[in-house]
Amino acid sequence: MIEIKNLHAKIGDKEILKGLNLTVKAGEIHAIMGPNGAGKSTLASVLAGREDYEVTEGTVDFEGADLLDLATEERAREGLFLAFQYPIEIPGVSNINFLRTAINEIREYRKEDPISAKDFMALVREKSKLVELDAKLASRSVNEGFSGGEKKRNEIFQMAMLNPKLAILDETDSGLDIDALRVVANGVNMLKSENNATIVITHYQRLLDYIIPDFVHVLYDGKIVKTGGKELALELEEKGYDWIKAELAN
Amino acid sequence: MTVIAHKKTALSSRLEATSISIANEDKALALGVLENTPLPTTRTEAWKYTRVARLGKIAFTNQEATISSIDKYNIDSSAPTLVFVNGHFSKELSSNDLPEGISWNLLSDMNAIPATKLKLENEVFNSLNTAHLTGGVQLTIAANVIVGTPVQILHIIKGTEVISNFKVIIDAGKSSQASVVQGYFSEDGENKFCNVTSEISLAENAVLSIDKVQYEDENSFHISTEEVSQERNSLFTINTSTLNGGLVRNNLHIKVNGTNCNSVLNGVYLMKNKQHVDNHTIVDHIAAHCESHELYKGVMDDKSTAVFNGKVFVRPDAQKINAFQSNGNVLLSDNATVNSKPELEIYADDVKCSHGSTTGQLDDEAIFYLRARGLSKRSAHQLMVSAFIGEVLDMIKNENVRSYVDGLLTERFGWE
Repeated sequence: MIEIKNLHAKIGDKEILKGLNLTVKAGEIHAIMGPNGAGKSTLASVLAGREDYEVTEGTVDFEGADLLDLATEERAREGLFLAFQYPIEIPGVSNINFLRTAINEIREYRKEDPISAKDFMALVREKSKLVELDAKLASRSVNEGFSGGEKKRNEIFQMAMLNPKLAILDETDSGLDIDALRVVANGVNMLKSENNATIVITHYQRLLDYIIPDFVHVLYDGKIVKTGGKELALELEEKGYDWIKAELAN
Repeated sequence: MTVIAHKKTALSSRLEATSISIANEDKALALGVLENTPLPTTRTEAWKYTRVARLGKIAFTNQEATISSIDKYNIDSSAPTLVFVNGHFSKELSSNDLPEGISWNLLSDMNAIPATKLKLENEVFNSLNTAHLTGGVQLTIAANVIVGTPVQILHIIKGTEVISNFKVIIDAGKSSQASVVQGYFSEDGENKFCNVTSEISLAENAVLSIDKVQYEDENSFHISTEEVSQERNSLFTINTSTLNGGLVRNNLHIKVNGTNCNSVLNGVYLMKNKQHVDNHTIVDHIAAHCESHELYKGVMDDKSTAVFNGKVFVRPDAQKINAFQSNGNVLLSDNATVNSKPELEIYADDVKCSHGSTTGQLDDEAIFYLRARGLSKRSAHQLMVSAFIGEVLDMIKNENVRSYVDGLLTERFGWE
């Protein structure tokens, strides 16, 4: 699905990713954990194509395409989805309207016919139910006046609508109460298939009780320094990151 | 001390004095003003950001011209329409009848046009319009009549170095209700100049709304002055959409003479290339217990420039006034310019007034968010701009006008 090799990226003069390697195959869920400032969100931003970051070295192969060569929207059209850590409010732009535009532009890119209004509305009903997002919220301005939990559910709703090959959830669990967390996790699990993959970036092990990862990676100082199964997350939760730092120092 | 003699501009040098029966004093005064007053320069406060020197170098003429059809300009095709080309009435393209309750007279057919409410002293363009008046129409809305259908007035300017001094007079009778659609367009030619004035009065309890669309081409000058007066309990609304034009200046003056009036001024302007738009508005609250709401929003691309100058006066006796004024701008290019100056002058002590002005760019974060969902940069910009001006466009209650304006946005800016 995606193969990241020796990825280096900086913002301004500050190097944040320092040779990151990660391979994710279809059907897998990978969790990326790590202390603050390790580069977790930078990784998400670089993969989504945020222009503030400069990639200085390395390659990213996404389903055979050179991801770093593609514009943000082309990455999305190729099937990459980023659930934002801080979903932005866009007053005056309706959720539904922009999603229909997005879906149709993605379809055009893939040389498919536009979705009919009827099919689109059916899809909205189906997918908003999946994340228990009130249909009224779905048609309001993007995230405007949404609570924290509603914003995150809206991210998963959009993910469900766009049906990506690779979804990157950037701290989607932060700021959620346990009920919202369950709804979000449930949405992600329902969307999981053997043809798609998910990268879950998180601070807390808690989310991984609901979204069971196949692999857990520790990102520290711009690199993946340790990889394990889901039990690694529990160990991190219990012991923190200091033991990894100590391990690295030796 | 040296005296610099005023060099008479070419502007009116080839124009005949009007043959329309305007008041003699107005004509004499206007001709005198043209003789003795230079064109405003950027040292004139009201013209600080709008240069009109180019107009003084052109010896405009007025000719009749014909156009083949109004299909392209038919903003509200359900509305009975009066068509003027270069200020001259086009009988063939106009409707025969206006809705019941509205009577109309061509200014050229009238024996005596009442004294003008326009300020002529020092006002070159008002004087030019008055002294060299080409044509126009007076609409009279009968008292106690609710006119369900809008009336449409279309003006098309056509030809090179041609001027139209066009005038619209609207008298809304006591307790009447009506709406007027106005469209200004152009065909062919360079350096066209549409110099239009309107005198609009609302009698007690009258309701009048005007939807004005300006869509002349980039080789056009357009100066428009609206002198509006409101008597008590009246409601006046004007929506001005400026979507094309070389240099567009709108002077909108609303004098609120009576108590319990409502004045609503909305404006939207989108410009590109080297276009220039200038909205100067004055709301003069003379009487107590009135409200005014003003919302102007603009989107400027390329090297275009916009000026907004909105002034609200609250006179000493005008207590309990609620006056709101807001101007917002988005710059799409590093070379676009906006000069925004909201002003309040308050002489009463029990009023609620606010004004504000913002100028910024589209939110990069929002653009990134939309693109990360698969939208092209262009679609993302479009959505954001539509959302920004949507607030003003939503004020246009006439759905035909709204969809026509949406159509122009698509045509001119490639938006959907």
